[in-house]
Amino acid sequence: MGAALLEIRELSKSFRTDSKTVQALHHIELDVQEGEFVTVIGPSGCGKSTLLRIVAGLDVGYEGQATLDGRAISGPGIDKGFIFQEPRLFPWLTVEKNIAADLSLRNPEVKRRVGELIELVRLNGFEKAYPKELSGGMAQRVSIARALLRNPRILLLDEPFGALDAFTRAHMQEVLLDIWRRNGTTMIFVTHDIDEAVFLGSRIVILKPRPGEIRAKIGVDLPYPRKKASAAFQDFRMRVLNEFERIDELSWGEAGAGI
Amino acid sequence: MSDRVEAALPAQSAVAGKKGTRRRRRLTINDIAVGAAIPIVFLVLWQMLYETGRLDANFFSSPTDIASAIGELARSGELFRDIGISLWRVVCGFAIGGTLGLIFGLLSGFSRRTEMMIDPLFQLLRMTPSLAIAPLFILWFGFGETSKVLIIAVGAYFPIYVNTVLGIRNVDNKLVEVSQVLAYSRFSQIAKLIVPSSVPSILLGVRLSLAVAWLSVVVAEMINSKSGIGYLIYFGQYNSRIDYIFVGIILFATAGKLVDSFVRYLERRLLGWRDNFKG
Repeated sequence: MGAALLEIRELSKSFRTDSKTVQALHHIELDVQEGEFVTVIGPSGCGKSTLLRIVAGLDVGYEGQATLDGRAISGPGIDKGFIFQEPRLFPWLTVEKNIAADLSLRNPEVKRRVGELIELVRLNGFEKAYPKELSGGMAQRVSIARALLRNPRILLLDEPFGALDAFTRAHMQEVLLDIWRRNGTTMIFVTHDIDEAVFLGSRIVILKPRPGEIRAKIGVDLPYPRKKASAAFQDFRMRVLNEFERIDELSWGEAGAGI
Repeated sequence: MSDRVEAALPAQSAVAGKKGTRRRRRLTINDIAVGAAIPIVFLVLWQMLYETGRLDANFFSSPTDIASAIGELARSGELFRDIGISLWRVVCGFAIGGTLGLIFGLLSGFSRRTEMMIDPLFQLLRMTPSLAIAPLFILWFGFGETSKVLIIAVGAYFPIYVNTVLGIRNVDNKLVEVSQVLAYSRFSQIAKLIVPSSVPSILLGVRLSLAVAWLSVVVAEMINSKSGIGYLIYFGQYNSRIDYIFVGIILFATAGKLVDSFVRYLERRLLGWRDNFKG
């Protein structure tokens, strides 16, 4: 196997509050290959969002190495697409202008690509709608299209479907897998939902909190499309759940206080 | 003067723009009747009280007298000359004060250093009533147009300045992060994020600023003038033409309302994207 697209070595990050220093991430080692769909899962406070923000270049001042395409990550850029928990659309722009953002729709190439992406995220007919007229799921699809327009090397998703209801969430998972299948975009998807992690990921990274460390990396050998009700899926889910219970025991044993 | 009106809170701006609905309802005859009912009852009552002698003619005029005074002033051409000159002064003063307020507001908003340098001085000046400054301006610039326009400009400056700074500082940090992730240039960040986010607040500043400009023109024209609506009121006061005083007041009220409606129309056009409680 050649060099990984994303290489993380000995990565540590701590935050200083007024009285003490909190270790958010501790000695993280992770390689992500081109075209992989990595889901990162862990209880709250395990530093999974911090890890994603470091890869995005939003949090700097870390120890260790983080390289994308062999270059150290030093700040945000369009090679790293980022989807926040909330859609974060510009409320004064229509859907198509939100996707174009700082690029001009008068450029025929931009216009054509925006049209394709609206098709891809299934928002035909909503090109001229304003964010206030969209449902949560639709708005999040706009933000995905906005990130994809820049042809990122890697798409980073920070609990993007966390605020959606169960049906919309299931639909959005299908949409995302569809995009992944068609475009082959490398994805890192942070979630606290085990079902979601197993359903989407070609590999699952489990983090444990205080300090944030990688507990396990598990390749998901279930073929796509996956059925959540199937026995194989449920078996796999149990495996991940077992890892979690070990985290609980560990953190109880070490600190004497759980979550 | 109304130095307090410009300390606008974001919540107030939300109320101010509440008419910005997605599809505007047609104004029906019924709506107009609802809005006109109270003023009509008021006018009829007023006229009746005046006719029956319950209102002292030394202190009051009647709606019909005021209407005939308006007719008289319109025929002689004074009415339109006075409206024109007052309007011109407001426009000039607002243009000067508003433009400077916008420029310094942008400078203060974008740079904390600039804000620290100029803001304390401006806050001090902001609290100075324009009535107190007026004599100095007359002394420095004479009784001509310059002193009047400057009095108005000073009043119009602060609401736009304060609300521009406020608008820029209230840009959602979450959207700033989006602009970083999308690798906006410094120019795009200003032109496509900060300025559009600040437009609601700046427009509110414009509205308040125009209101202050109208108040200031009264001050300017009543203390030194031979023309304008303020002078009409002054003239009425010294010649016991109470009807003229009322005409002046009505003109100020009407002109002020029309200007305000125009800015609200602009708000509706520019801020239709906002998602607010619409009452």
